[in-house]
Amino acid sequence: MKSLDEFVALFAEQLDETDPSSVTAQTKFRELDEWSSLLALSLISMIDEEFDVALKGDDVKNSETIEDVYNIVVSKI
Amino acid sequence: MAFLDIKNVRIAGMSTAVPKRVVHNNDALKACGEEDNSKYIEQIGIIERRESLELTVSDLQVMSAERMLVDLGWEKDSVDAILCVSLTPDYPLPVNACLIQDRLGLSKECYAQDICLGCSGWVYGLSVLSSIMRDGNIKRGLLLTGDGRMTWGKGRNALQFGHAGCVTALEYAPGDEGFKFNFGTDGSGFDVVIMPQSGMRKMEYDEELIKRFDDPFMQHSMEAEMKEKEFLSFCINSVPKTINELCEHYNIDYKNCDYLVLHQANKSINQHIVEKLDVAQEKVISSFEHFGNTLSASIPITITTQLKGKIEGKNTSFICCGFGVGLSWGSVSFSTKDIVISDLIEVDDNQFENLTWV
Repeated sequence: MKSLDEFVALFAEQLDETDPSSVTAQTKFRELDEWSSLLALSLISMIDEEFDVALKGDDVKNSETIEDVYNIVVSKI
Repeated sequence: MAFLDIKNVRIAGMSTAVPKRVVHNNDALKACGEEDNSKYIEQIGIIERRESLELTVSDLQVMSAERMLVDLGWEKDSVDAILCVSLTPDYPLPVNACLIQDRLGLSKECYAQDICLGCSGWVYGLSVLSSIMRDGNIKRGLLLTGDGRMTWGKGRNALQFGHAGCVTALEYAPGDEGFKFNFGTDGSGFDVVIMPQSGMRKMEYDEELIKRFDDPFMQHSMEAEMKEKEFLSFCINSVPKTINELCEHYNIDYKNCDYLVLHQANKSINQHIVEKLDVAQEKVISSFEHFGNTLSASIPITITTQLKGKIEGKNTSFICCGFGVGLSWGSVSFSTKDIVISDLIEVDDNQFENLTWV
């Protein structure tokens, strides 16, 4: 099981334009300039690959911070 | 568990017809009104698609079937069954199979029916047609798949879909290993891919619909739509699972097959599935780059356009998987030998302009 920090790092890898060091568990990812529905698709793919968890569109919509997403992933494992 | 093992039937040939009209996605992008979707086109990997606003799926299937019969040397009255798979029939009633029996000039003794399925339709159709042929009462049958004139609205969904009509010719072949199938369904995802106002459930034409209908830039409820995140989530989970279940059940190692042919959803979805299955790239063939997602035509269009001249006369093993609208999915394992693959047929928009229809 990956830790929250590892999850944040994996999340940051999906981003192209945001400095990874500025991304934390408390980052409100949907407020990032580069956040888009395409990134949401990459996020779903990454979570499937790394955690074998099927994240739904609503899970992304209902999350505010990266930690919120992590908690949903953990609850589905 | 929906496992089926149907022996004594083989694929004799495959043929594909597409509209001649090519739509380049970079051009279509401007028309769909959204900015900066070039990244999206890169992600879906679809450069161009075939589209016709004139030809119905039965037009494409008739062209494809005519060629298939000639290339196989099959007399029309030797075809005992046709099965048409489509979400876009010419009319909800009567079914396309009846229209096509007559248009092709097939015998009146012919078994004919429609199946209303999308991306899983080729695999489902194969199971139904091979089932009725397995005991040899019906010796030759045509499975017609594909969609035409379907509209996917004004959003970027529209950049993914193309029109095509395919024929897969089946023949009774005593002793042939036939097909091994696995199927699944999850109707709780019925609205992941849906044309909301297309049937008997929602028939009122409210103001909102009429307003949207008249606006060339607004999606309306009589057009198909897809929830991309839910669809992706479904695909990358269900597809590896059904293929693994099929292979475990029948003791097949999919990594040993000659070709893995997935429904052509798009590049990012298919790539993800292939990586998850860990299949060698050279076993995976695709056609979405030039034809997009053609629903129930996507597996045969991929085989006909990518393998013509490469597999005829050779024993070739396949794992194929169809998945999508429903949600519905099916995977199949089979081998071909002495398969006839027709040249791609490109149909003019005005090919059938002299035919009159009700």
